[in-house]
Amino acid sequence: MPHELAEIFKSYQAEKGAVIPLLQKVQENLGYLSKEAISEIAKFSGISESEVFGVASFYAQFRFTPRGEHSLKVCLGTACHVRGGSNILETVERELGVQPGGTTSDYKFSLERVACFGCCALAPVMVVDKDVHGRMTTTKVKDILGKY
Amino acid sequence: MCIVEVEGMRGFPTACTTPAMGGIVVKANTPQIQELRRNILELVLTEHPHTCLVCDRKERCQPYHICLRKVAVTTGCIMCPKNGRCELQKVVDYVGLAEVKLPYTYRDLPILRDSPFFDRDYNLCILCGRCVRVCQEIRGVGAIAFTYRGSDALVGTAFDYSLEEAGCQFCGACVDACPTGALAERAAKWEGLPERVITTICPYCGVGCQLNLEIKKERIISSVPILEALANKLPLKNFVFQGTPNKGQACVKGRFGIVEFVHHPQRLTNPLIKENGEFKEASWDEVLDLVADKLQRYKGDQFALISSAKITNEENYLSQKFARAIMGTNNVDHCARLCHSPSVAGLTQAFGSGAMTNPISDIGDAACVFVIGSNTPSGHPVIALEVKRAISKGAKLIVANPREINLCRWADVWLRHLPGSDVALLMGMMRVIMDEGLADLAFVEERCENFDAFKQSLKDFDLDFVEKVTRVPKAKIIEAARLYATQKPATIVYAMGITQHSHGTDNVFAIANLAMLTGNIGKPFSGVNPLRGQNNVQGACDMGALPNVYIGYQRIDNPDIQKKFEDFWGVSLSPTPGLTLPEMFDTIHSGKIKAMYLIGENPVISEADAKHTEEALKKLEFLIAQDIFLSESARLASVVLPACSFAEKDGTFTNTERRIQRVRKAIKPTGNSKPDWWIICEIAKRMGGKGFDFSDPSEIMQEIAKVTPGYGGVNYQRLEKVSLCWPCPNEESLGTPILHIGTFVRGKGRFTPLSYKPPAEMPDKDYPLILTTGRSLYHYHTGTMTRKVFGLNFLEPEGAVEVNPADARGLGINQGDKVKVISRRGEVITKARVTEASPPGVVYMSFHFAESAANILTSATVLDPVAKMPELKVSAVRIEKV
Ligand code: SF4
Ligand code: SF4
Ligand code: SF4
Ligand code: SF4
Ligand code: FES
Ligand code: FES
Repeated sequence: MPHELAEIFKSYQAEKGAVIPLLQKVQENLGYLSKEAISEIAKFSGISESEVFGVASFYAQFRFTPRGEHSLKVCLGTACHVRGGSNILETVERELGVQPGGTTSDYKFSLERVACFGCCALAPVMVVDKDVHGRMTTTKVKDILGKY
Repeated sequence: MCIVEVEGMRGFPTACTTPAMGGIVVKANTPQIQELRRNILELVLTEHPHTCLVCDRKERCQPYHICLRKVAVTTGCIMCPKNGRCELQKVVDYVGLAEVKLPYTYRDLPILRDSPFFDRDYNLCILCGRCVRVCQEIRGVGAIAFTYRGSDALVGTAFDYSLEEAGCQFCGACVDACPTGALAERAAKWEGLPERVITTICPYCGVGCQLNLEIKKERIISSVPILEALANKLPLKNFVFQGTPNKGQACVKGRFGIVEFVHHPQRLTNPLIKENGEFKEASWDEVLDLVADKLQRYKGDQFALISSAKITNEENYLSQKFARAIMGTNNVDHCARLCHSPSVAGLTQAFGSGAMTNPISDIGDAACVFVIGSNTPSGHPVIALEVKRAISKGAKLIVANPREINLCRWADVWLRHLPGSDVALLMGMMRVIMDEGLADLAFVEERCENFDAFKQSLKDFDLDFVEKVTRVPKAKIIEAARLYATQKPATIVYAMGITQHSHGTDNVFAIANLAMLTGNIGKPFSGVNPLRGQNNVQGACDMGALPNVYIGYQRIDNPDIQKKFEDFWGVSLSPTPGLTLPEMFDTIHSGKIKAMYLIGENPVISEADAKHTEEALKKLEFLIAQDIFLSESARLASVVLPACSFAEKDGTFTNTERRIQRVRKAIKPTGNSKPDWWIICEIAKRMGGKGFDFSDPSEIMQEIAKVTPGYGGVNYQRLEKVSLCWPCPNEESLGTPILHIGTFVRGKGRFTPLSYKPPAEMPDKDYPLILTTGRSLYHYHTGTMTRKVFGLNFLEPEGAVEVNPADARGLGINQGDKVKVISRRGEVITKARVTEASPPGVVYMSFHFAESAANILTSATVLDPVAKMPELKVSAVRIEKV
């Protein structure tokens, strides 16, 4: 078992039933939930891998693939939505060939969908790592992606 | 669909989650509810192929269903394997849904065929969750779960693993729970509905699961355990739900391992006589005359009979009667010698009875379960469900096993002791219990004897010594002792890991001591529970297929008993106890036994030191083998008598909890095979024997009841209505599920002082590893039956030796390498499976595989002094890469 997992499990020894906080903690540390992580969590909490996976896949917050080099978030909050956020998302999906929650096969980008960055004035908004790209249009998508 | 109206409650509560209260008025069928149900159902059906469901001509295409159902994709009931027994169809009829107006989406998912026994077509799934719940809550496996959510929600495995990778045990419980055609048994997929259904008992293990055999055109199409909820609805005349051992569950062997072996093309269909080394087919008359004539010449102790734990009680009774009354010898034994003879010997001395003290269903209600020397999920899968039930009710679990078995993940304490150190481990626990004042001394005082001698012997087991011998840290022993002694009622479950040792009887004594010391015996949900291996090993022992006792454990060396049987059978009987199984083979070698009658046993694979056994069989002048297949041992016989399988005859089996259950004839015998009882009677009659005129097994049971105190109240009429655990002395008795209540069967419970004896063969320089043996979930005994089942072979096609990674590294062995396992007796070649499940220094093999027979390696020379059990669980070996 990887050292990180063993460390995390130590602090959950008393509450083995708390699968969700455990999943969160593991994802925080490893960036995603690997097959190995799910298997070790299952062993640790005395339930099956499928059960752990079932719980994890119920929540959008968990990822089963490693995060890409860059995190790419497209906002679909109210303001962005009204100004065409979903078109931006669709374009990004098409360009990268991944769905929200997924990572490109070259592990360059991980795509996520978020609800409001708090800069609605710039809607629609797309954020790559820490760079905020406001007033997005579908034609700008490709250029921006090319910069990373 | 379980919504109802309750007066005074708002909305439509679900019946299954609303507690019933006095005086409430519940309406289950009002126009309003039906309307609501129709709406819900319509929503469900937007994702379920429903053309046939709401088709007004559906009766008219029935004649074509044979053609239609051959399509690969199920787009309507007529093409669905569940057609006719689908619960969705019933619900649609019940609520009267005539039309689905909402748009329909076909999920277009691939059909998953990763299980060798059933297909999963999630296009038909209505997400009811029954499969998930049965797999998680009842089976404790959780191979499948709901994954994702909303419109993506589906039943599946983690990362779309195959079922096998997801830990599925292929029990089929999900298939039986599924209301739709989503989960369908592959072999029975297009068979349609059975013509008749016969309730009988699984022929594999000692749990004795009740199964329904579904029959069509004299073929068994499926074998299914009966779900409690369905039991009352099915038109089953002979079904007794009260007191079933399995509560509607089974394991892969009973669920999917029966049809193929019963209908296997290699079943013996005609008697065979060996001439010049070749078998030729013969008629029954020919072969029976030959056998009767030959056996006349071998009367007395030059004859031996090996009876079987697979055949019925009635047949075992006849086989020992045949050996004793016709052949004049007590040389009769069966394979219990190799599993629980130490239990019978030890528990009889301690308590007065050698059987499980409590019923299987008691385990689930215990507050603490102590499992030692039993890989329950593999050996007795359905009993493991009770362990699981106990745990979900909050019970504590202690597992003592050198190997990391599946149960370990639920264990509060896992004691990983060295094979063969059980006495030390248990005595260590008792030492803690005494020292900490946790013993139930009032119980000991009132109910037991010989306590002081026992207490004296505890002195030798200080925990430093115990830790050294067992390699279990002291703290764990203390923790286990405290749990077992304080969490009451506590039950002990054990199996071959305790008995198959050269000091197996001592191990059993240690267990008996532990139970008495804490007062955990003679009470509900407690007790000492040896799990018997074979389906009818309990019955074979009860029926006296043992060399030292007549039926009902009545001793051969007691002249009064001898007189009783001489009068009853009208013959004179031999007063000397006969030979045990391993002794028989030695005696063949020394030339004193010349003829043998082998019923349903395959000693060449199952005995310790298989080479020695095979040579012995070859040495016999006359060997009769009676079996359903031409087993490795039967090949060596002079004549082979083809027997019926369990599905082709009537009788009773007695399961591990002493429950006497009816085996019912479901189909006609295969070829010219005959029931074992008929064959024995025919030979006896041709030898001029009296008392073998039976036309039906029920008559044999009447005779058994007359001479067996514990079976006195048993007859076939009663067994149609009740299921009885012996002792059941008379027709008023409803049996005795729990033994030793109030007083022990022998009066006082007897403590036995013990000392530590190391296993007969310890690892040394030349043979540095300990080999221990066991069973797998997918195979049974010597594999004569299970290895004929495609799916079981697919899941586990070959044997392997399990090696700890540390040892493997030292030997330069990798996963899957071919290796030679060598002991002082012989060597076998097999594959290496490198796994943490085996502790360092210990390797493990299962014994089902003729081509890598583990028992070539084990030793038959050192026997348990009391029970004559060979040391099957511990031998010293070395491993070489080939
Ligand atoms: S599952 Fe039931 S309703 Fe659905 S197609 Fe099969 S038989 Fe018809
Ligand atoms: S066959 Fe048994 S273990 Fe496998 S998924 Fe179904 S219920 Fe679970
Ligand atoms: S039992 Fe059958 S219908 Fe119900 S969720 Fe499981 S596969 Fe689907
Ligand atoms: S647990 Fe035993 S009796 Fe039950 S189905 Fe399995 S093999 Fe048969
Ligand atoms: S809605 Fe997109 S930033 Fe607020
Ligand atoms: S919700 Fe009550 S039985 Fe299904």
